[in-house]
Amino acid sequence: MSGGLMLYNVLCLAVPFSVALLLAALGENFNQRAGVFNLGCDGIMCMGAFLGFMVPFTLKGGPWAAYGNLLGIGAALAVGAAMGVVFALVTVTFRASQGIAGIGLQMLGWGLAGTLFRHFVGGVTGVEGMAAIAIPGLSRIPFLGGVLFNHNALTYTALLLVPACWFLLYKTPWGLKVRAVGTHPRAADTMGIHVDRIRYQALMLGGAMAGLAGAYLSLCQAKMFSDDLVAGRGFIAVALVYFGRWSPLGILGGALLFSIAQSFQLSMQVWGIKFPYEFAVMLPYVLVIVVLAVARKARQLGPTDLGKPYNREMRF
Amino acid sequence: MNKNKVLYSGAIILAVTLTAALLVALVLFAIGASPLETYKTILTGPLSDLFGVTEVLVRSVPLLLVGLGIAISFRSGILNIGAEGQIQMGVIASTAMALAMPHAPKAILLPATLMAGALAGALWGGIAGWLKARLQVNEILSTVMLNYIAAQVYTFMLRGPMLDPTELETGSGTPQSMRLPESVFLDQLIPGTRIHAGLILALVAAVLVWMLLWKTTLGYRMRAAGAGAKAARYAGVPVERYLIVAMLLAGGFAGLAGAVEVTGVHHRAIEGISSGYGFAGIVVALFGALHPGGIVPSAVFFGVLLIGADMTQRSAAVPANMVLVLQGVIILSIVSAQSFLRNPYAQERFFRWLARFSAASTKAGKGAKS
Amino acid sequence: MTALEPISELKLEGITKRFPGVLACDGISLQVRRGEVLALVGENGAGKTTLMNIIMGLYRPDSGTIHVNGEEVHFRAPGDAYARGIGMVHQHFMLVPNMTVAENLALGVKELHHFMNLDIKGAAKRIREISERYELPVNPDAYIWQLSVGEQQRVELVKTLCLGARLLILDEPTSALTPQETDDLIERLQRMASELAIIFISHKLNEVKALSDRVSILRHGAVVFNGHTANHEPSELAALMTGHEVVLPRNEGSSIQGEPLLSVQNLRVRGDRGNLVLDGLDLELRAGEVLGMAGVSGNGQREFADALAGLRPVESGQILFGGKDLANRSPREIIQAGMGYVPEDRQTEGIVPSFSVKDNLILKDFAEPRFSTRAFLRRKEIDSNAETLKERFDIRCPSTSTATGSLSGGNIQKVILAREISRGPKALVAVYPTRGIDMGAQEFIHEQLLARRREGIGIILISEELEEVMNLSDRIAVIYKGKILKVLPAVEATRERLGILMAGLADPDAPGGAQTEAQAGVAHE
Repeated sequence: MSGGLMLYNVLCLAVPFSVALLLAALGENFNQRAGVFNLGCDGIMCMGAFLGFMVPFTLKGGPWAAYGNLLGIGAALAVGAAMGVVFALVTVTFRASQGIAGIGLQMLGWGLAGTLFRHFVGGVTGVEGMAAIAIPGLSRIPFLGGVLFNHNALTYTALLLVPACWFLLYKTPWGLKVRAVGTHPRAADTMGIHVDRIRYQALMLGGAMAGLAGAYLSLCQAKMFSDDLVAGRGFIAVALVYFGRWSPLGILGGALLFSIAQSFQLSMQVWGIKFPYEFAVMLPYVLVIVVLAVARKARQLGPTDLGKPYNREMRF
Repeated sequence: MNKNKVLYSGAIILAVTLTAALLVALVLFAIGASPLETYKTILTGPLSDLFGVTEVLVRSVPLLLVGLGIAISFRSGILNIGAEGQIQMGVIASTAMALAMPHAPKAILLPATLMAGALAGALWGGIAGWLKARLQVNEILSTVMLNYIAAQVYTFMLRGPMLDPTELETGSGTPQSMRLPESVFLDQLIPGTRIHAGLILALVAAVLVWMLLWKTTLGYRMRAAGAGAKAARYAGVPVERYLIVAMLLAGGFAGLAGAVEVTGVHHRAIEGISSGYGFAGIVVALFGALHPGGIVPSAVFFGVLLIGADMTQRSAAVPANMVLVLQGVIILSIVSAQSFLRNPYAQERFFRWLARFSAASTKAGKGAKS
Repeated sequence: MTALEPISELKLEGITKRFPGVLACDGISLQVRRGEVLALVGENGAGKTTLMNIIMGLYRPDSGTIHVNGEEVHFRAPGDAYARGIGMVHQHFMLVPNMTVAENLALGVKELHHFMNLDIKGAAKRIREISERYELPVNPDAYIWQLSVGEQQRVELVKTLCLGARLLILDEPTSALTPQETDDLIERLQRMASELAIIFISHKLNEVKALSDRVSILRHGAVVFNGHTANHEPSELAALMTGHEVVLPRNEGSSIQGEPLLSVQNLRVRGDRGNLVLDGLDLELRAGEVLGMAGVSGNGQREFADALAGLRPVESGQILFGGKDLANRSPREIIQAGMGYVPEDRQTEGIVPSFSVKDNLILKDFAEPRFSTRAFLRRKEIDSNAETLKERFDIRCPSTSTATGSLSGGNIQKVILAREISRGPKALVAVYPTRGIDMGAQEFIHEQLLARRREGIGIILISEELEEVMNLSDRIAVIYKGKILKVLPAVEATRERLGILMAGLADPDAPGGAQTEAQAGVAHE
């Protein structure tokens, strides 16, 4: 098989594989920029995946079937935002430790999704998912056409969200407030900004995007739901935010890096390259550790107050 | 502790427990299970007979060991979420050790097997410790990743190099290792039950951990590193070194838990042997206030919960994942409660609110009377 | 958000505020009018900052009222104060380091916030206008982390004025400035005072004399005095501030020419940003002397102390102590070599707050045979050691098992000092040892330091309080941009001379006329 064709195949797979990571990480970026890291991202993705599958599945064959996908996505967004609010309640209002709280939320989301799935659905079933939409004209471009312009609507949305998030963070008043709140919350407070409120908003947005990421996994990528569907992608997304230096473009790069690794792993099996299955599955997780180890802290550019709760009444 | 503080702590713990129970009840309701029935089954079912009690204790042994290790790590300032993977590595190592020397006498083989398990878990944990100490890698992320990696290594070993040859012959292909030599089994404590000598080992370990943390210089260093890393550095304590030591110990306890499960309960390596003990251990440790004196009863309590959850799965069709939901809710509750308990401002506000509330109600009472 | 009416009067009545375990403000009543400068004076911990934070809406008072122009106001959040025309320049600047000056201003100006568009240009324009009007040069496009402390303070002033402040509150505005920058600032404020009302907080009485029209003195959260500055001498004000005759221990100095104890040669150390923060620092400490280090904070003092303690890598140079080169040794080795360290941030660097007093007292020595056998701690010894030290150093705590973090600042410092001194060090480095501590504890700490000096211990005293440095030292070294500019005997040091040196300028009073900076760096005495 020619090298060019191999590369083409890998890249074609890589873009859709990156969507879940990209969406979750872009959302987590808002959380972290506001000063909170939400390790429960993985649990939110589980719930989003469940709803993204469950809603179209239940509506199948009924009068609302045509809207199934859309409603599923909507449900995932809503639940994701709600879980973000729960996390905000615990870490912002109650000022609890963010790391442990995140693990708690993750367990809750993971367990709840599995419980509800087993109760309401039970077996292994699939959904139709979303069809790929080839962009007329652009999808004819040799090489790039296949890689970039032949995907489903959610993928295109995810890619467009990269510049959108960049704009939101750096060019709007809300983005300015978020960045201030994550770096020097007391300064923001003295300027009349509601630190807690901004953090709640960021966590809601981050949660919604994690929910959307989960819905993508079940609806578009796997077209089904299972306990191991999310498989730690939420944690990888959190790591990606550090790796991408809290910038949407860096996060895109990181997400592509991981998805290329994953599609490489899949392609290797297709091409019959002998490599123990389990070691191939391991690769993304090893890559995360490598990436975290190598990423030097560029803290000056990022939220320097990450992880610390803000208490206005505290003497300073 | 003055009276106010006790009243405040009691109120917080009560409020938090009720909220947790309520949230879980909501979920149970949503899946059509009766919350009251479920709670009743969970809390009373396991303890209804002697066998049930011993089963609870069997479950509590690995919970206790893992919880002790996590308490050591949390108190030293490093959050070990990787117990699940460390258990699995412990199982692999101890099974390999036992199968490698099947004819060795028990006095040698059993300790060697347990040590192998502890060592493997320690090394697995040590990786995360080293990554944090040297490269400032967030230990929650690294231990979680190591969990996923360990799971793959475990599956690989069970389906490959460590697969029982008889499985291949009979073609049943159940991923499990050969049965371990009898010489390595932990002694049965009560005939007819599964309770084994590992219980004694775990209780001794609890005492040792208490002594380690509060009575030795090593424990002093580790607690200082966890409670005031900067000041500890200024005082000459090499904090980074003790982060690694803490992870080695935490991983070692988890690996030992794996070895104990293999030698005491299952007598071979099987799929799902760690069955969530790694995560449950975190909740056990937090619930036990990170102190051996609290972790022992906490481990027994969670043993009850786990067996109870099994029972409800069979009787009330409550899926096993419910345990995760319970654990997640408990963690969120504990962590919220902790922040209230530690916050002097919240305590003040509580009493002010209480004063206003009682003043308003006495006024209302007076108004109603007149 | 700009208040159009000038503030003719701000009146506080009966303001009370409690924190857990502390009564910060006790029925305070004050007023200030347009065109006047009120100085709010008091020791550290007297309640000045808390009171100002209440005015700014950061804290809510437990009782009392605030009236602006005769109308009662309730500030629920900091934005409310700005809306009424009250602005504050905090002691620790409220500027987001990784944003530009314009972005920092834009945070607070709601008119610039359009739905999806942030009007940065509008912010920059406002900044330029105010900057010109009040002669406070500020570049709107600069990132805050690029600016010096003095420049950042200007930014804070401009920011408050852009937000429409008609009453300015300044909290310890000169704490990080050289004497010349201080005079500069005072002049500017005097000019601005005609159209605004100004409250400024300080414990430096000469500044109070220079700038204010009226002065209110706080002690332990209550107002003990209100008067016109012109009618009172600084010494009178000082006595009112502390409640007794202020006699801080002075170093009477019999020049014991002890042998050289510590010799630092050509030390090069990098800071957190990778820049060279110590650039060839030379210093010599003798036994039985107090060597004060004077300098504006940010010239390398912190990094110097850290390097001495082994907490920061040394790029090149030597630290010779007791015949060994301590550069880049571990903190453990340096402690064992006989170097003591009283760190800058006592809460996080000096003690483990959740540990008991007795456990903190052995923080450096727990592995010594005295306190542990083999691997086990000897509780009885630890307890008796704690009792002894508690008596000797007058540490006020309910018991030695109390969590150290709950003690007052002065007592925490005593715990640290007790620990360091009882170890019998040969040299002691004390960094800002009396910052934020009441006069009583200050007196005690100064006495302790001087007593150690008499015993032959060498002490390096790093402090931003020129008075403290001048009172206690035998010799004073001025640090500037990571080098020791000059070392002079304390008797020859005056506030003016030190001020000029601290700013990096040539020493006018040196024997033989003015010397260049390079020459001054070489000359030692």
